[in-house]
Amino acid sequence: MDANLIINVVYIVAAFLFIYGLKRMSSPVTARSGIVVAGVGMLFAVLVSFLYAVTASEAAKAHMSVNLSLAAVALILGVVVAYWTGKKVAMTAMPQMIAIYNGLGGGAAALIAASELFAPAVSGESEDVVRLVVTVIGAIIGAVSFSGSVIAWAKLDGRIKKTWRVSGQQFLNGAVMLVALGIGAYLVFGAHGHGAVGLTVAFFIITLVFGVLMTMPIGGADMPVVISLYNAFTGLAVGAEGFVLQNPALMIAGMVVGAAGTLLTLLMAKAMNRSVKNVIFSNFAVESSAAQGEIEGSLKPTDASDAAVQMRYAQKVIIAPGYGLAVAQAQHKLYEFVKLLQAHDVDVKFAIHPVAGRMPGHMNVLLAEAGVPYDIIHDMDDINEEFKEADVALVIGANDTVNPAARTQKSSPIYGMPVLKVDDAKQVYVIKRGEGKGYSGVVNELFYRDNTNMVYGDAQKVMVKMIQAIKDLGEG
Amino acid sequence: MEATALSFTGFVALYIFMLAAFTGYEIIGRVPSILHTPLMSGSNFVHGIVCVGAIFALLNATTPLEQVIGFVGVLFGAGNVAGGYVVTERMLEMFKPSDKKK
Repeated sequence: MDANLIINVVYIVAAFLFIYGLKRMSSPVTARSGIVVAGVGMLFAVLVSFLYAVTASEAAKAHMSVNLSLAAVALILGVVVAYWTGKKVAMTAMPQMIAIYNGLGGGAAALIAASELFAPAVSGESEDVVRLVVTVIGAIIGAVSFSGSVIAWAKLDGRIKKTWRVSGQQFLNGAVMLVALGIGAYLVFGAHGHGAVGLTVAFFIITLVFGVLMTMPIGGADMPVVISLYNAFTGLAVGAEGFVLQNPALMIAGMVVGAAGTLLTLLMAKAMNRSVKNVIFSNFAVESSAAQGEIEGSLKPTDASDAAVQMRYAQKVIIAPGYGLAVAQAQHKLYEFVKLLQAHDVDVKFAIHPVAGRMPGHMNVLLAEAGVPYDIIHDMDDINEEFKEADVALVIGANDTVNPAARTQKSSPIYGMPVLKVDDAKQVYVIKRGEGKGYSGVVNELFYRDNTNMVYGDAQKVMVKMIQAIKDLGEG
Repeated sequence: MEATALSFTGFVALYIFMLAAFTGYEIIGRVPSILHTPLMSGSNFVHGIVCVGAIFALLNATTPLEQVIGFVGVLFGAGNVAGGYVVTERMLEMFKPSDKKK
């Protein structure tokens, strides 16, 4: 049978499985089967692509045994290493792992473009300007996604701590981008795809540098939006290279991800009340540090067991978890504590900020891991008005997402970001490791309020103390 | 081989891109926010299909330079596929229906 026919039939099946799988992933009930469906599609698509060995040009067939071995080795090596790292990474480190895997995809797309630019004869097509333009566009997007994702990973992983900014950064970035576009345009229209190797290499280096420059100034709080944006970028780059290679599977999957990722990015940015433009041209905290308002009141530390006892006798407790909970891996102990409260007829609910734990839905995943049923987990918009009726609001390792300054203080750099109204509760307890600032670097006036008490310590240890305090009370 | 080799030029490609974009938009449009991270991870896995393109480039390579580029491309693509799958699956594993209460 004709190899091309088999390849194309399998691609149609794979494209269907990708879309169907993503569709299933968009509902909590069917989500698990969704990834398996998409995985089957991927397995078919990858295996069948080895049939390209049959359809390759005569010139390439001379190298086929070497090429096939290289492909097999690269495939196995990549799968084993990524599978192993993905399995052992902690749930809290998920965002940066997504970033790095996404970067790899962008890098692969850029490499396909490189292969085309170094040897336009690869796919045997004549040089068509549209094809070259799309190749170069895919190269830029893919390379930016690669280097940008690597920086995002390094930042989230704590390997790069500084937010690197220089004055006139936007002009620098703009200039670098223009140079990249200029060389790209020359490669298409001046060199007709036959640019000198040195120039093509320079093109890629400058594009990669642009990705670094673009990501370095972006603060950690904005990172989820950026990762999501690069996810969309990689999708678009893959779609573009799919067109270049005349490969329908890449075109469809890449474009679906490009569109879905773009929408997801907008949704995330909206949840943080930041425009995507604002995030990318990041003027987050540049001129804000001086504009901090004076904060009145003082920090009032209290004992974990006192806080626990008060919650035990409360009617209604709302818990606002944040990144600190995730870092301390305290979600299991927290749920144990919640179950104790529920046994004493306390109405306990979870209030989840859209970006709690650094990424939309990240906190839900962590709570689900601990076995918290999702009918007591509420989105911010659903529960924000309920804080008024709560006796106690328990903030665990959250900071910026509960800062009332976002609602009241125009000078605050996070002004306008929707926040949980924990300060409406009669009593607020904040479990926190120390007196540090939140990710945005803003001082939180909530901690200084009269009805707020601080419980210092690692969230997990504090939860253990709280559980003990309730158990000590007995059934009284 | 020309008989079945597909060719997407100009408008046909634009139609494919347009329809695929709508599909992606529709899939995400009605998703509860709790699934945003898993779905981002899932779509991250799906663009791992780039691996297939890299295999194509590598199998058609005729010079050492192309072989190196193709090799790294397949390596990256495979990392995207496997990593994206494992991370997504681990996340989704945790979504168990809550049937214990009430």
